[in-house]
Amino acid sequence: MIQLSSPEETNEEEIEIPKRDDAREDLIAKLKDDLGESLVATEIIAEIDVWARVSKEAWLETAQVLLKRYNMKYFNFLSAIDWLPSPFGRDMDAQVDQPEPVTPEEMTWGTTGGETRFQLLARVHDPENHLGISLKVDLEDNDLSIESWSSIYPGADWHEREVSEMFGITFLNHPNPVKLYLPGDFEGYPMRKDFALLARRIKPWPGIVDVEDMPGEESEEDEVDA
Amino acid sequence: MSDTADTKQMAYIAAQAADARVNLEIETEGMTLNIGPQHPATHGTLRIVVRLDGEQVISAEPLMGYMHRGYEKLTEVRTYPQVTTLVNRIDWLGSFANEVPFILAAEQLMEVEAPPRAQWIRTALFEMSRIANVVLFLGDMGVQLGAVTPVFFAFRDREFILNQIEAVTGGRFHPNFDRIGGLKDDLPKGWIDETRGVLKRIRNFCDEIETLVVGNEIFQSRTRNIGVIPADIGLSYGLSGANIRSSGVDWDIRRDGGVGLVHNELDWKVWTHPDGDSFARFWVRLQEVRESCTMIEQILDGIPSGPVMAKVPRIIKVPAGEAYVETENPLGVMGYYVISKGDLTPFRVKIRSASFNNVSITPWLLKGVYVPDVISILASLYFILGDIDR
Repeated sequence: MIQLSSPEETNEEEIEIPKRDDAREDLIAKLKDDLGESLVATEIIAEIDVWARVSKEAWLETAQVLLKRYNMKYFNFLSAIDWLPSPFGRDMDAQVDQPEPVTPEEMTWGTTGGETRFQLLARVHDPENHLGISLKVDLEDNDLSIESWSSIYPGADWHEREVSEMFGITFLNHPNPVKLYLPGDFEGYPMRKDFALLARRIKPWPGIVDVEDMPGEESEEDEVDA
Repeated sequence: MSDTADTKQMAYIAAQAADARVNLEIETEGMTLNIGPQHPATHGTLRIVVRLDGEQVISAEPLMGYMHRGYEKLTEVRTYPQVTTLVNRIDWLGSFANEVPFILAAEQLMEVEAPPRAQWIRTALFEMSRIANVVLFLGDMGVQLGAVTPVFFAFRDREFILNQIEAVTGGRFHPNFDRIGGLKDDLPKGWIDETRGVLKRIRNFCDEIETLVVGNEIFQSRTRNIGVIPADIGLSYGLSGANIRSSGVDWDIRRDGGVGLVHNELDWKVWTHPDGDSFARFWVRLQEVRESCTMIEQILDGIPSGPVMAKVPRIIKVPAGEAYVETENPLGVMGYYVISKGDLTPFRVKIRSASFNNVSITPWLLKGVYVPDVISILASLYFILGDIDR
């Protein structure tokens, strides 16, 4: 980590040695053995975090393996990501949202990559060795359904109900597949990127005042290097 | 996991059979009891629909969403510094603690670290929001069980902590004080000495509660062995904070792998309790308030001098990447999964709030208990509606 604040440490020239994170490397190596082909991609940021992307068929198996063999007893959360670039524009100059969709940007994915618009994101944790892992899985647009984790982690029940109503993803073999927050007759999936935030359609960008350059101020690039 | 579940299941069946024998003589049929969304015994707008057989709960189903404010969606149209204003209102009793993990996640993505002084003050305010939050619980638990006095003591003494928070941040409830790269401002003059006095008051409050409530026979009989959560089941539901430590799990993010705060430089202790019942949850929280006092006292003695803000650009663009940072908040583990695409606004923020997981165990936990225990169990799980609904 760069300590921008403390000059006595930053002016010493430090040779960047790529850090090795044994615990997380071991975890990924073992997971490769256990899951084989189903482990699509992995990523480690040493001493910070570890990610793994698995195939959809192995989603349930992954949970079983992590719980039984890796002592990942602690269910942290389960959610989803919609990678579609917002069709309403994220441009800070925009005073109002464009009524018609802007030209869609290309879809890009984050850590461990991806292939589909929707990804499921879950996190489990080993409370004894203090090691957590974030898991991702791709969901094809034409088949937004996946096996429920609630038989393995009962805590996944509510999280899956939330994801289901917010993103429109169906969980198979879910014990109680009803809406959690929204009223029963609500239409649409609010957390999808193409679901317009109504407040933003009728009001100008709320942060427009904060991000204007002060007169005579230098552009941001000059301030970055400390 | 299955062993404990089976024992509970067997006890439930046995109790049902006993009730059925009574029911043969007195004709009773199941009834549905609706608690909330505005019942005084619920904190805010939680609604629980309970199916009863006589005095016993057959099933309990919490219904939420009465206070859903869509923060995850709103963060996608706010700049990073603006997000703290939103997340302040998730757990409104310990607001400052909500800002910390989000700011830490943004700092991790930007590879910026706050200067040491800012980290120490952050930790002090973090622990002070824990005191402000949990002190109210310690008083409120009495109210739920019919003792009205403790809550007045709680409100009285919490005010002093809030005054100290206000003196630094300018806000009693919503400080909005944490910044990417440090803090908005330094401590005001004379604050350190005043805070020492306030901590003495809080310690006195803890002693008062211990003699008034913990030793009380009615309190003990209504909380001992009520709402027992075995460690494995608690973990599989994602329970955290004092709720899981009172089931004997020795796990506290402040000690085990926390980032950004200075808890590891302080001398303190993680309290656990083996019982896992309502009493244990109360007892662990009481000890944690005392432990927070110890931490703040050490911080007041050892705050390093220096700046409180690292050099960051005025217009904050966070480099593309993903980060998950969690901290041990007053209600339990709170984490933010932040996805950035290099913009002024986050691409997606998943808010993992403590109460959501803590309450998700209630359908399992309330099965088979008696009606008066529903209240004491809910009170001892200690949730805040804003933290469930987000």
